Amino acid sequence: MRKILVHGKVKGTILKSQNPINFLGTMDKKTGIINDKSHDLFQKSVKDRILVFPYGIGSSVGAYTIYSIKSNNSAPLAMVCEKVDLTVATGCALANIPLITVTKDEFSLLENGKEVSLDTDLPNPIIFPG
Amino acid sequence: MDGCFFTYKYYICNRKLILLELTREEESALKGEQGETMQTAYRILVATGEATDAERLVPIKWAHLSGVNYNTIGDAGEEFLSNISKEARVKVKTSLNPMGFDIDNVENYNLSENFISKQLSIKKSYETMGVMPSFSCIPYEIFENPEEGTQVSFAESNAAIHANSFDKLKTNKESAFSALASALTGKSPYSSLRKESSSKLTIRMKVENPDELTYGMLGFFAGKVGNESVNVSGVGKMDHRSCKSLCGGMGTSGTCAKFDFDKDNPESEKIDFDENEMNKIYDELNTCEKGDLITLGSPQLGLEEISDLVYRLKGRSFKKKCMIFCPRVVKEQATKLGHVDKLTNAGCEILSDCCTCLTPLIKKDEVDGVTTNSIKGAYYLQNSNGVGVNLKPLSKIIEDETK
Repeated sequence: MRKILVHGKVKGTILKSQNPINFLGTMDKKTGIINDKSHDLFQKSVKDRILVFPYGIGSSVGAYTIYSIKSNNSAPLAMVCEKVDLTVATGCALANIPLITVTKDEFSLLENGKEVSLDTDLPNPIIFPG
Repeated sequence: MDGCFFTYKYYICNRKLILLELTREEESALKGEQGETMQTAYRILVATGEATDAERLVPIKWAHLSGVNYNTIGDAGEEFLSNISKEARVKVKTSLNPMGFDIDNVENYNLSENFISKQLSIKKSYETMGVMPSFSCIPYEIFENPEEGTQVSFAESNAAIHANSFDKLKTNKESAFSALASALTGKSPYSSLRKESSSKLTIRMKVENPDELTYGMLGFFAGKVGNESVNVSGVGKMDHRSCKSLCGGMGTSGTCAKFDFDKDNPESEKIDFDENEMNKIYDELNTCEKGDLITLGSPQLGLEEISDLVYRLKGRSFKKKCMIFCPRVVKEQATKLGHVDKLTNAGCEILSDCCTCLTPLIKKDEVDGVTTNSIKGAYYLQNSNGVGVNLKPLSKIIEDETK
C-alpha cells in the first residue's frame, strides 16, 4: 500500500535490498555499512542512497540507529519500503528522512543503481527521469 | 490522461482513508504551537499512526521505554536525550529498559571512562524527565499490572509481546521513539493490535517435550513467519520461564507483537513447527560447542527463576563464571532471601540494571563463546558482540557446567 510516513523531496541513486533490514546490531552506527554476513547488502553503505528494502525487523532500539547514522552523515537520502514497521517509521520521523511505502508492483520496478526523484507532495511520488 | 487522473484521484482517496484524525489540540501541537518537544513527539505519533492505519490517538496509562543502553543508542542518543530532557517531562507512569552495566560491579569489567560517563548522562536525562529508573526489560514482572484491557505503550519487544499475550494489556510493538512520544503526550495511535482481532496464521506446535529453549525457538520461528499476531495450537501449560523465552524469541526475529493460544480462526493459514524447523533455527543460532562463560537472563530473571535456580543447584557450583542478569528490585529481594550469597558462592555474579542483550560487558577479544539458554541473547551475542554461542536449556547447563 502507498503511504507517506515522513514528507520530503530528494533525488538520488537506488540501493536495493531483497532482505529485510535489522538496523540494530547489523548496521554500523557511524558508517551506515551493513555488517551481517548473511545479508545481501553485506559491506555496502546506505549513505546518500535511496534505500529500498522490503521492511525493517528486530528490536525497537533500531530507531536510534537511524538517528545515529543521520547524525554521522551516513544516512540514506530517503527510504522506500514495501511494508512499514514502527522502528523505521519513527526513526525516520525523528531523523527527518523521507519515508514512503509502495505497492508490490512498484517495489519491483525500483532497480538497484537507478536514478530516481522522490517528492512526497506529488500524486505519484517516485519519478524515473528520462 | 484519463488514466493519470484516475491514478491521481485513487491515490488521494487512498491517502484520505489512512489519514489520522487529530483533535484541534493535537493539530496545534503538531504545528509547533506547544513547543518543539511536543512537535517532535506528535510528528513521531503521526508517522506511527500512518504506519499502523490508526484513525485517531487514544490515551495510554503506562509507557515503557527502550533506548537506554549507551552501547545501543551511542552518542547520538545520549545527545538527543540530554537535549530534550531540558524541557520534556513525562505525563504518565513511565518505566525504563536496562542500561549497559551495574554500577555496583562495573569496576570488574574494564569499561572505558567515556562509556560510564555517557551511560550515567543517559540515566540522568531519563530521571530528569520523570521516568522511573527501573532498568528492566521485564516490567510485567516487577510492577503491578493494570486492569484487563488497559492501553499501554511498551517499546521493549519481549515486554510488548508479554503484555499483549499473557497480561491482557494492549500495546503496539512500539519503537524507542514512539514509546517516548507516548510518555510525553500520554497518547498513542489506536492501531490494530489495540483492537480485538484474530490472527491470520496458526502455528501447530509439533515438537514434543519442549523446554524453555524450544519455546524460544518457537517464538523465533513465529516472529519470522508471522506478521502482526500469531495463533499457536498444541502447546500445553507453559511455566513462566518458557513464556518469557517465547516472547523474547518472537521479538528478536520479526515484527509480530502478540500470541493467541488455541484461538483457531477457520480461515487462518496453518503452518507446522516441527523438529525440522526447530533444528534449522538451532543451527542458525548455535555457533560453537562450548562457552567460556555462561549468561542467564535475556529477558532478565525474576525472583521466581532465581529461587528456582538456587533450588536446582542444590549446593553445586558452576565450573566457569555464570553471569545472572536481573532487575535491581529482584536482586534486593533475592539478597534478603539469602539467594545472592548462595549463588555468589556457586560461581555466579548477579548483575542488576543491565541484561545479556547488547551488553558491553562481554567482548570478543576476551571471550570466544558464551553458553546460554536465551534465543534473544544468542542472536545479539552473535550479531552484535561477535562471539560464538552454545545454546542449551537450563537443565542441561546445570548438568554439564556444574560440579
